Amino acid sequence: MAADTLFHRITDYANRADPYPLYAELREAGVARQEDGSYLVGTYHAIEALLHDPRISSDRRKRTVPDETAEEGLPPAFIGLDDPEHHRLRALAMRSFGPPHTPDRIDGMHDEITRIVKDLIGSFRGEERIDVVDDFAYPLPVTVICRLLGVPIEDEPRFREWSDAIVAGIDPTPGEDPTERPRAAAEARKAMGLYLGELAEKRRTHPSDDMLSAFVGGDSSEGQLTPLEIMTTSVLLLIAGHETTVNLISNGILTLLRHPDELARLRAEPALMPHAVEELLRYEPPVQMLPQRTPLADIEVAGVTIPQGAPLILLLASGNRDPLRFPDPDRFDPTRDDHQHLGFGSGIHSCFGAPLARLEAQIALNELIQYLDHPRLVEDPPPYRRSPVLRGPRHLLVESG
Amino acid sequence: MHGEPRDGRIVIVGASLAGLRAAETLREEGFAGTLTLIGEEPHTPYDRPPLSKQVLLGTVSADKTGLPQRREVDAEWKLGVRATGLDPVGKQVLLADGEKVPFDRLLIATGTRARPWPNPAEAALDGVFTLRTIEDAGRLAERLDAGPRRVLVVGAGFTGSEIASACRERGLEVTVAERGPAPLVGALGGTLGALAAKLQRAHGVDLRCGVTVTALEGNGRLTGARFSDGTGIDADVAVVALGAVRNTEWLAESGIAAGPRGVTCDAGCRAFDMYGIVTDDVFAAGDVARFPHPLFEYQLLSLEHWGNAVAQAEVAAHNMIHAGPRRRPHLTVPAFWSSQFGLNIKSVGVPTFSDQVVIAQGSLKDARLVAVYGYRGRVTAAVSVNQAKSLEYYQRLIETAAPFPPAPGAADRIESPEPVPSDVPDPKVLSHGPTVALTGHLPDRRLTLVQPAR
Amino acid sequence: MNIVVDLNRCQGYAQCAFVAPRVFTMHGEEALLYTPAVPDDQQGRVLRAEAACPVQAILVGEEAGAGAR
Repeated sequence: MAADTLFHRITDYANRADPYPLYAELREAGVARQEDGSYLVGTYHAIEALLHDPRISSDRRKRTVPDETAEEGLPPAFIGLDDPEHHRLRALAMRSFGPPHTPDRIDGMHDEITRIVKDLIGSFRGEERIDVVDDFAYPLPVTVICRLLGVPIEDEPRFREWSDAIVAGIDPTPGEDPTERPRAAAEARKAMGLYLGELAEKRRTHPSDDMLSAFVGGDSSEGQLTPLEIMTTSVLLLIAGHETTVNLISNGILTLLRHPDELARLRAEPALMPHAVEELLRYEPPVQMLPQRTPLADIEVAGVTIPQGAPLILLLASGNRDPLRFPDPDRFDPTRDDHQHLGFGSGIHSCFGAPLARLEAQIALNELIQYLDHPRLVEDPPPYRRSPVLRGPRHLLVESG
Repeated sequence: MHGEPRDGRIVIVGASLAGLRAAETLREEGFAGTLTLIGEEPHTPYDRPPLSKQVLLGTVSADKTGLPQRREVDAEWKLGVRATGLDPVGKQVLLADGEKVPFDRLLIATGTRARPWPNPAEAALDGVFTLRTIEDAGRLAERLDAGPRRVLVVGAGFTGSEIASACRERGLEVTVAERGPAPLVGALGGTLGALAAKLQRAHGVDLRCGVTVTALEGNGRLTGARFSDGTGIDADVAVVALGAVRNTEWLAESGIAAGPRGVTCDAGCRAFDMYGIVTDDVFAAGDVARFPHPLFEYQLLSLEHWGNAVAQAEVAAHNMIHAGPRRRPHLTVPAFWSSQFGLNIKSVGVPTFSDQVVIAQGSLKDARLVAVYGYRGRVTAAVSVNQAKSLEYYQRLIETAAPFPPAPGAADRIESPEPVPSDVPDPKVLSHGPTVALTGHLPDRRLTLVQPAR
Repeated sequence: MNIVVDLNRCQGYAQCAFVAPRVFTMHGEEALLYTPAVPDDQQGRVLRAEAACPVQAILVGEEAGAGAR
């Protein structure tokens, strides 16, 4: 009965609105081997240990049954590579994003992000009903990542299609046509890579203050990204830069609307928002699982040996609700001061864009809850996006006033 | 046995990191009696690690390194006065100003001081420094600001190496003289010592190993130094980085087991007396303490580590106000860090407690790696260079006495898969003292040798 | 307001250096240097940095021993 395995149920769209009871079941099971030979891990301490274990690869090509589509299209970006290659590429991308070379970049975007947020709110001011996703949580990170990378926002309809296909491609839902989605995703990555590569090439002669310009120009004494690496890296940053933050913001508003007392408190105390965002990353993380880990040796976890080369799936959102790590884990408590959640992963692959996501979410949530006057959820639960990995509402209708 | 001892008088001698954290923990855990902190330095508690880094680089002023407190401690602070003796029978601490401070329970957290240059006349030359206190760091930073022509650093342990790094970053000419075969070799062994030597030279340090400084020269002002190989240099600043001396002299006639290697205590931070009998009202924590550790065959460890000062102070404080069965042992895995020449070096376990070492991840060539140390077939330490995110994995191996060499499979294991001897030298051949000392009992002694104070 | 960072806990995620680059700076890729006495105009940023630290290594508090003199 394939459809009854735990992973089938976790990835089943019918359970998207509330996968948490299934995660509790997973934690109960310890390490859960699925009939296709993959392994699920959902307890905090085991996930945390595996994220720091040098024998856990992020490279799907290391699997015993390699991804057929992995050889097609672009090579993996650093998210799908291991050290030392991962580190080299990540460090090169970091040169124009953060410390030590560009420490002021994200902090310096504070005012610009605030302006974008206020413009978005201005565009629906006075309307009785808004869709928090389409009107706010999606356009904000897209606008920000486009400015940061140097991608014209007018091209959004073009790359949105690619982006949808790429996100669908990382959906590990078992069954239903195992090759079609990855193949379409590989095509989309290639198309997006060529598009971004072309934009970057133009920056060679017309540089600007954006990351694509930095990728093609600048000091090469510490190495430089090749044209192919520019493609894979910028595709990764563009996708990750908006497909996750949209969920953080919309999950955030949804959670706050479900907790009116906490919402009222945050309206009165905006300085509490950084804590609230950390708690949101624990309570409703935008990335629910890491589906592409693989052990490079037989590894024992909680008494179970996970064989070398087996697909290993780490349920971050489950670890975040582990009662052995967080007291009263199913309670949303923005004053919780324990912030060692797995919302951004941990270890060498911990989220590259975390500082930007935090800043966007803090500003967006503070401004939006100040704006919303006696807001009501139109539909609870709201309709969700398809992906069980990047989980969040597809629409979030809110009435106010 | 009486109930939980939450009242009475607690005196903490030593008002630095360990003393402060102990005071906070006492209050946090409900101690309601009177609390007195005695500090020889006139300052409230400050953080020392920045003194050899931010302060020497000139980005932080020496007097702006105060430690934050975790909570109010509601204590009487006696600062700028040295404790000169301990009367264990009358249960009082004697101070240099003649005051006697009575206690019911005492915490010894007097730490260490910089080992001075052995020749007092040379040490008094203008331009000769040690680095331990705010005053030391402030004066040295000021002198570096003035742009000396050459700085001599005597001793290439962590402090000496960090000083050399700061000087190079400021663009100053630096000579480092080390009696041992390489920098950091006393703490990290031969493999990483060789890497440290390479790095120092690549950053323009005039590194001289296998030599001692035979004389600091000058007439009032330092002008240069002579080395044991017959050479010499001109230098207008010399920093003596020969390690630390434990502040135990004040305990010489106390009957407490205190000596050059520290105050011996049990796993619960209770001090031993000179007969090896554990006391129940005198505790020790921080750099001054030496304590048994099960991961290292219960040998007595003396750690000059920031993290040990915090962890041991918390355990000592807890045990000072809890009755026997509720006491906790101090079992923390030793850990420290250093930053120098743009690298982040972190250690867990005791690298000197080893016979072999293997580069388990990364490479020496890229100066990004994890070196794992083993002793008789089990993992006892790991040191990361710019690879801190991997270190907790090895900490678990140390805690579980995992077999050495560690299991294969690390994705970035790219060089030297075979372990080599760890080449930890006898501390006697080094210029600087070891920051970790394993100090076992001598089999021919049935009590601690008491050296009367002069 | 003063800070101290437990650099044994720190793994070099650099989140603090993104949020409060005047107070926390990365020295090379992984080593963190910081300003223990926080300037008044950086206090808000330092509190955000404290919240963002994924290993909770930053301790923020009043300078110890304020009542000592």
